Amino acid sequence: MEWLQQLINGISLGSIYALIALGYTMVYGIIKLINFAHGEVFMIGAFIGYISITGWGLGFFPALLLSMAICAIIGVIIERIAYKRLRNATRIAALITAIGVSLLIQNGVIYFRGAQPAAYPDVFANKSFNLFGAQISTQAILILSVSVVLMLILQFIVHKTKIGKAMRAVSYDAEAAKLMGINVDNTISATFAIGSALAGAAGVIFGIYYTKIDPLMGVIPGLKAFVAAVLGGIGIIPGAVAGGLVLGVVETVVSALGFSLWRDAAAFIILILILIFKPSGIFGKNTREKV
Amino acid sequence: MKKSKQFWVFAVLAIAIYAAVQFMISGGFLNNFYSNTLIFMGINIMLAVSLHLVIGITGQFSLGHAGFLAVGAYVSAIMTMKLDLPFFAAILIAGIAAALAGLVVGIPSLRLRGDYLAIATLGFAEIIRIIFLNIDYVGGAAGMQVTHLTTWTYTFICLFVTILVIVNFTNSRHGRACIAVRENEIAADAMGINTTYYKVLAFAIGSFFAGVAGALYAHNFYIIQPANFGFLKSIDILIYVVLGGLGSLSGAIVATILLTIVSTFLQDFPETRMIIYSLVLIIVMLYRPQGLMGKMEFTDYLKMWMRPKRGSQHEQ
Repeated sequence: MEWLQQLINGISLGSIYALIALGYTMVYGIIKLINFAHGEVFMIGAFIGYISITGWGLGFFPALLLSMAICAIIGVIIERIAYKRLRNATRIAALITAIGVSLLIQNGVIYFRGAQPAAYPDVFANKSFNLFGAQISTQAILILSVSVVLMLILQFIVHKTKIGKAMRAVSYDAEAAKLMGINVDNTISATFAIGSALAGAAGVIFGIYYTKIDPLMGVIPGLKAFVAAVLGGIGIIPGAVAGGLVLGVVETVVSALGFSLWRDAAAFIILILILIFKPSGIFGKNTREKV
Repeated sequence: MKKSKQFWVFAVLAIAIYAAVQFMISGGFLNNFYSNTLIFMGINIMLAVSLHLVIGITGQFSLGHAGFLAVGAYVSAIMTMKLDLPFFAAILIAGIAAALAGLVVGIPSLRLRGDYLAIATLGFAEIIRIIFLNIDYVGGAAGMQVTHLTTWTYTFICLFVTILVIVNFTNSRHGRACIAVRENEIAADAMGINTTYYKVLAFAIGSFFAGVAGALYAHNFYIIQPANFGFLKSIDILIYVVLGGLGSLSGAIVATILLTIVSTFLQDFPETRMIIYSLVLIIVMLYRPQGLMGKMEFTDYLKMWMRPKRGSQHEQ
């Protein structure tokens, strides 16, 4: 039952990617910006979880909620300070700013606390269940259930609430949405808040899963989550989840086949293949560019 | 007539700079630290100028320049260390290898625009890095020993050729076609410009000089490691181009010189250096998204300065 074991590992890893990818895809869907700083919000989320569990003795769920709340605030601050002025600037200028913000947060954290990694505390007794011969740890179940619940909440927000409706309207056509009386600025801020909260949750889960965090941990998962978002079709919420899961499973399979050093390359090879053969992603429809 | 006069002024100025520095090095006025900084500056200028051709002139946003630098560095190191070829042959082969890598990256990336292209080139650069990481022939993660061969003369000749080729390319018919692609790709296509050809051409030329810079870079240190050619190195090069002005060659050169000096003094404080870099990047993008010099060249400023009564807008 080796393959089942790998599949479960892949899905656990993939659900972390999916949580980060949701933030990317929402932000891209609404302002067409690759928010490079998203991986850094994820890193900050992991550190807030770490501080609140070890330093303040909070339990897992309060730590998760606190981390999500603070990350949401940070996301909104980043948007207000760095991206708001660039709404009408060229895409390249916005992308470079995002890279700048990402570098600033990384090096700011290194400056204030040092680059050494921190060991994440064990919050759950690591028991494992036997399912058809595969070992499933409590952590894997926890990661999966937290991700699924968060995704369901997100689905509810986007499709059933007023702010979700506004978000869909702005991503469809910001100008028309403005004419219809939607406050575009607030909607964009809300998108950043929700996306960053998901990244914060992913950070805490990541810390528990890998038991080690450091200030540069956001770079590679951030890029991979972006790959996941592109894979599923950027701007499409179910696509981000599917892309994250596919990427997690592929990575785990590549490692299991004995190519663990090539694991990071696998994600980028998938990215390039998908960009070349179906740039709109698995769930995307082809759109013609108009002159 | 006027263009050739400009060229001779440039050539004489360049030779004067070369001679002055060479005199100071051989006369012992410049210690190792300063001459190394100058060599490093030259390599950085080559990288910035070659990326300027891709981003500033052709408008193709590439985030993978460190990948071509890595190809140049490793290929040249293999040539000199394993095959015992002379250094100048290694430089040339490194450039050709990087240009081929540029073609390989450029051709499939053509279907992509804007930030998709940026991400694809970033992915390619990471793949190149991971390939070098996994080849035992070049030492894997531990890196590869390289002898110190880069001198001021080699750096200067390569730098001179790079600037000369890129300036002439920009001013040629091909360069104008590249600028048309930058301004509006669809319109350029409609005007009969083979956009695919020019994008790949710019990519290949840019990669060639990045490869040459890589050869000098490799032989300036005693060891090269895949970790030297990561995402951050690409960002370093990007900052030179962006800060100077997207589309301004002299801007890129000036920014490179300034930032190399700043980073040399901040060598012992890498976090501070990166914080300053990122703040500069954010502030410049927020308040002057076209870069410090925009699309202006130094010579444009000189012309404006010499004829102050006629405004620059009448010159067009």
